Amino acid sequence: MLLIHCPHCNEERPELEFAYAGEAHIVRPNEAEQAEMSDADWSKFMFIRDNIRGDHAERWWHAHGCNMFFNAIRNTVTDKFTMTYKVCQKRPTEHQIKVAKND
Amino acid sequence: MKYSARTLFSQALKGHKNWPEQFPNKEPQKDYDVVIVGAGGHGLGAAYYLAKKYGITNVAVVEKGWLGGGNTGRNTTIIRSNYLFDESAGIYDHAVDLWDGLSQELNYNVMFSKRGVLMLAHNVHDVQSFQRHVHANRLNGVDNKWLTPEECKKFLPILDISQDRRYPVMGGALQMRAGTARHDSVAWGYARAASALGVDIIQNCMVTGIRRGKDGAVEGVETQKGFIGAKKIGVSAAGNTSVVMDMAGLRFPLESYPLQALVSEPVKPVLNCVVMSNAVHAYISQSDKGELVIGAGTDQYTSYSQRGALHILEHTLMSICEIFPIFKRQRMLRSWGGIVDVTPDRSPIVGKTPVPGLYVNCGWGTGGFKATPGAADMLAYTIAHDAPHKINAPFNLDRFVGGRLIDEAAAAAVAH
Repeated sequence: MLLIHCPHCNEERPELEFAYAGEAHIVRPNEAEQAEMSDADWSKFMFIRDNIRGDHAERWWHAHGCNMFFNAIRNTVTDKFTMTYKVCQKRPTEHQIKVAKND
Repeated sequence: MKYSARTLFSQALKGHKNWPEQFPNKEPQKDYDVVIVGAGGHGLGAAYYLAKKYGITNVAVVEKGWLGGGNTGRNTTIIRSNYLFDESAGIYDHAVDLWDGLSQELNYNVMFSKRGVLMLAHNVHDVQSFQRHVHANRLNGVDNKWLTPEECKKFLPILDISQDRRYPVMGGALQMRAGTARHDSVAWGYARAASALGVDIIQNCMVTGIRRGKDGAVEGVETQKGFIGAKKIGVSAAGNTSVVMDMAGLRFPLESYPLQALVSEPVKPVLNCVVMSNAVHAYISQSDKGELVIGAGTDQYTSYSQRGALHILEHTLMSICEIFPIFKRQRMLRSWGGIVDVTPDRSPIVGKTPVPGLYVNCGWGTGGFKATPGAADMLAYTIAHDAPHKINAPFNLDRFVGGRLIDEAAAAAVAH
């Protein structure tokens, strides 16, 4: 079971308290954009995922805790979390991820 | 050497010291007509059918690890075809048709045992849903019949059908053509038969890139053992399909999740069929060695780690004991995880890709083993004809743009 640091509670808690919520930083197009979008672009938004082997930016929900969503960088080969951060924050750069790994 | 009672007898007289190797471990040649990425059952089977049915024998199967060491060696060996939709019935039942004669065809005992798959219904919704499946299957010529609780008990004597239980058995759907097979034998059998037809099987040779020409078409694969030229490439890499496709500049509608399974210590025959229960979340069968083979659901997060969380197994075992209290004292011997590639509609993608010369067989999610011969045959057909067969045509990549999804609820993570 994973131990996950919730950036809202500022505490490491067991995975059982959390629900995985898929790839992070996927922005839903607004109505005007949707009206203009091609089927291919809609498909990309709906279905296409990075599914990366390595550092993955993903969304978690502290469902049985503070009930807040947050984002995380987790390595999908080792399952180790590098960092968690609030939803309003930008995706960390590769440099930031590297620095966090060395911490 | 053809395996038979006669060769077994004559080899026994020689103390079993002269058996030839089943398939040689080859080093790659400079180029091939077709390179298949992934030496699991699906990939090896595709190579076999390319050679056998279409006479394309200048084929290599490249594998990053060892043959059959991915999901082919990690599944719970269940074979069935009682899916709801016409498209699914087509491809899964085609696989069962091929399973039927596979041992004879490959001259290799894959131990396909039609012991039946019994899906238990525990509530009104289950009853309605399974009966709908039974009717849909009947219209598609797929065998599946509805059993009353008493009939379930008759078929599976250890089943408790008393109605005061937490999850009473309200009936079940039984597919008699369904059952199990020996998963390793499937990989070895296809490897041996393909090798005999001239296919090179190259292990410990990870693909690190896909080279494309000026026109965009594939030219070959970069590997740990150097560049291997190929006119066509078939990717059958299960959980790692996204990684391989990325090398060709393609992004796929796939997510890779860990799926765990476990086996108990071996016991005398007690469970005569495969039992599945969607409501209680369990599926179980007994191997010929006597081990109870139990499959869990997927973990919640994407991963390539080939291991999962303990609480998933705990949940699964609680469910098994709920249905079969008789197994409460069984000790578990081993557990493991495989990485399954799941599509948004839980149906596979088998066919062409936007890159000329690049073909794919992926997205089988939590239920790929049962489809092994069918998927392999369809990938081989598509590569040989540069066009899909009518069976796999609906399982194209374009459906995620066009919207013609095959939303197969029967392929939900627990029900394999």
